[in-house]
Amino acid sequence: MNDIIDFLSQPWPWWVAGPVISLLMFSLIYFGNSFGFSANFRNICSILGAGKSCDYFDFDWKKQVWNLVFAVGAILGGFIASQYLTSDMAIQLSEATVTELQDFGIENPGADIVPMSIFNFESLLTLKGFVFIVLGGFFVGFGTRYAGGCTSGHAISGLSDLQPASLIAVVGFFIGGLSITYFVLPYLLPL
Amino acid sequence: MKYFKYLILGTIFGITLTKAELVSWYRIYEMFRFQSFHMYGVIGSAVVMGIIITQIIKRTNMKTLNGEPIVIQPKKLSIWRYLLGGIIFGFGWALTGACPGPMFILAGNGVIVIFVAIASGLFGTYLYGRLRHKLPH
Repeated sequence: MNDIIDFLSQPWPWWVAGPVISLLMFSLIYFGNSFGFSANFRNICSILGAGKSCDYFDFDWKKQVWNLVFAVGAILGGFIASQYLTSDMAIQLSEATVTELQDFGIENPGADIVPMSIFNFESLLTLKGFVFIVLGGFFVGFGTRYAGGCTSGHAISGLSDLQPASLIAVVGFFIGGLSITYFVLPYLLPL
Repeated sequence: MKYFKYLILGTIFGITLTKAELVSWYRIYEMFRFQSFHMYGVIGSAVVMGIIITQIIKRTNMKTLNGEPIVIQPKKLSIWRYLLGGIIFGFGWALTGACPGPMFILAGNGVIVIFVAIASGLFGTYLYGRLRHKLPH
C-alpha cells in the first residue's frame, strides 16, 4: 500500500494526466452528462438566487447537482493530493521560466504550487494582488460564460468532438493569455 | 448514492490536476511562454484520446449507463461569442493561472485566497448574465 502511495506521490507526467482527463470526459458522457466545469459558475449564481433578477439564471439548477458534486470532489481531490500524496520535489519548470521569473522578482519559482507572494490575503490590498486575483477571477467568470465554456468544455470536450466553435474559443483563450503574458506580466510582476 | 460516482470522478480530477501540476500558476505561465511541452502534452494527449473516444461513441451508437442514446450537443457556430469570450477568459487564465476547475482544486490545496477569485468569477458570470443581450454573439 505504501508503495502505491509513494508511486502516486511523484509528479505525474503529461502522458498520464492527458489520458486520465479524457477518461473522465468519457465517464461523464457515459453517465449521461458532459465535461464542462465552468457551468458551475452559472449554477452557483442560480442557487444564490440570481434567477430572480436575470433570466439567464432562471433554470432548474437541480439538474446540475451532479456537476456541483463533481466540483466538491475536485476540492476534495486537491486536498487529498496536497495532504497525502506529497512529494518534496519542487515543480520541474524549465530553466528559462525559472530565470525569467526570478528576474521579475519571484523567489524560488516552483517551490510552491502558486507564487505565494502574490496569492495571499495581504496582497489583495495591493494593485498587483487585486489584478491577479480579483480582476483575473472576474475575467474567468465573465469570459467562460460568454464563450460558453472553459478548458474542459471547449479545449477538451469541444475539440474532441471536432467542433469549429470550440476551436475559435481555444484560439481566443490563447490570444487573451498570450497578450497578458507578453504585454502585461513583464510590468505587473515586478511591482 | 446517485451522485456518489460524480464525487469519485471529481476527486480523481482534483488529484490528477494537482499531481500533474496543471493547477500551478507557474505551469500556465510556462505554457504561454512556450518554454515547456508539459501543458501541451497534457491537453494534446487528452484531445487525441478524446477524439478517438468520441468517434467510438458515435460510430457504435453507444448508450449511456441508463440505456439512453448518447447525444453530444453540437455548439451553435458563430464567431463573436467564442472569440471575444475566449479572449476575456484567456486574460483571466494568464492572470490567475487557473481555469474554473483548477480554482476549486487550488482551494482544496489550501490556497484559500482563491475563494476570492471564485467569488469574483461568480460576479463576472452574473454580470455576463445581465449584459448578454447587449453583447455580440
